[in-house]
Amino acid sequence: MPTLLFYILAAITLLSTVLCLTRKNPVHAVLYLVHALFALALLYFLLGAPLLAAWQIILYAGAIMVLFLFIIMLVESPVADQSSRRLSRWLPPAALSGSLLVCGGALIVMDPAATAVISSYWLTPRDFGCALFEHYGLAVEIISLILLFAAVGAFHLGRRYRPNSKEDVS
Amino acid sequence: MNDVLLTFILIVIKLGLVLGTVLSLAAYMVLAERKILGRMQMRHGPNRVGPFGLLQPLADLIKLLCKEDLIPERADRWVFMLAPAISTITALLAFAVIPFAAPLHLFGRTIPMVICDLNVGLLYLLALSSLAVYGVALGGWASQSKYSLLGGLRAMAQMISYELAMGLAIVPVVMSSQSFSLTAIIAAQQTLPNAIRHPLAFLIFVIAIMAESKRTPFDMPEAENELVAGFHTEYSGMRFGMFFVGEYLNLIVLGAMLTVLFLGGWHGPLLPSVCWFLIKVLGVAFFFIWVRGTMPRLRYDQLMAFGWKILVPLGLLNILVTAAWLLWRG
Repeated sequence: MPTLLFYILAAITLLSTVLCLTRKNPVHAVLYLVHALFALALLYFLLGAPLLAAWQIILYAGAIMVLFLFIIMLVESPVADQSSRRLSRWLPPAALSGSLLVCGGALIVMDPAATAVISSYWLTPRDFGCALFEHYGLAVEIISLILLFAAVGAFHLGRRYRPNSKEDVS
Repeated sequence: MNDVLLTFILIVIKLGLVLGTVLSLAAYMVLAERKILGRMQMRHGPNRVGPFGLLQPLADLIKLLCKEDLIPERADRWVFMLAPAISTITALLAFAVIPFAAPLHLFGRTIPMVICDLNVGLLYLLALSSLAVYGVALGGWASQSKYSLLGGLRAMAQMISYELAMGLAIVPVVMSSQSFSLTAIIAAQQTLPNAIRHPLAFLIFVIAIMAESKRTPFDMPEAENELVAGFHTEYSGMRFGMFFVGEYLNLIVLGAMLTVLFLGGWHGPLLPSVCWFLIKVLGVAFFFIWVRGTMPRLRYDQLMAFGWKILVPLGLLNILVTAAWLLWRG
């Protein structure tokens, strides 16, 4: 049962992240990301780390994403299209958050104190390091490169829109 | 199996009790605020519906339910509809971890008078108060109105800043009771409430929760004379009602937090523990209403400067001093 929950929660996390990346409206993207963070917090809870789960919500969902939202709210948002009454518009988020709610409820009922639900997933920091950098070494490198690209890309985008000539002013 | 069923039934009973009490308390808090403010301003306040105006909350509810639910044409429909719910739900969820009375001994069983004694209860409360920002921010953004947006932005900035001060004020309490569980924190205050043990933290916490609840003197997000009504300008009917109820629920939550963390929780002489808890929570709420009737509103830059330049450094200093003292005492 815990293993099944683990896979459901992992699927919810991935789905919300994908939806976050594909949204055109930045505020919707933030909402999906917050949703992914919630699912992640439940995963921590499932792995027997309620403290980490609480910090995940307080720091990431409660502080960092709010800062993101703060900036995004100042950016002019696209006009909401009026087709948003359609079922297909609100069914995915409703289904996602509904299943997250059910998972959370099941988790709390099963093990309110979060006493190591999936014990077979325990790893020492040493094992974890070895697994991360030996087995998944390439993936770690790719992720770090992607972050570098993102930083360079953000820098480039920021440069291009600088008012560079006097024509703009006049 | 029987034991599990009994525990389940007990939880459902406790849930019903807490939810009923808290919701009706929130409704009457609105009436109390209007009455007390009226008296402070030399008028009577609502006194037409029922004896002494006691049925006023019911009349308000019926009025709000019957009003048209307007959604601006350019608004982001679903986010607009979601925001008031977030506001109310985050306030309601907080009651799950607040111990409201001494454990009850019944038929040889000990029943803890709290719905869920989470061992990270304090962090749970902090998490909920940081999530409450979303309701306000999204409500302000989704309305697609400049007043709402500005109100939402102000509320966000204010709540985030003062959450920091609030968190810092809680740290000495956790240090001296050595637990994140609210039950343990109350147990540690059996002889001396934390308000006396940590006076500076108490002061910072009171100011921070006042700002956190967006009430005068910190009601910049909904300053009527500049922003119409701030983030809920475009809301009408029961959606506005949900923001409104959320605000008063929040008042009770913060009062309960203050009671649990600094005023000794349900400890008190003579009266039963539930009574002491209610007296303390309502006392805090009365204090808040009193402050609203007395204090003028701050300017926005004053508000931010006060939070970041005075409360946060003071909070950090307080942690340092408390830690040194605890270390010295051993």
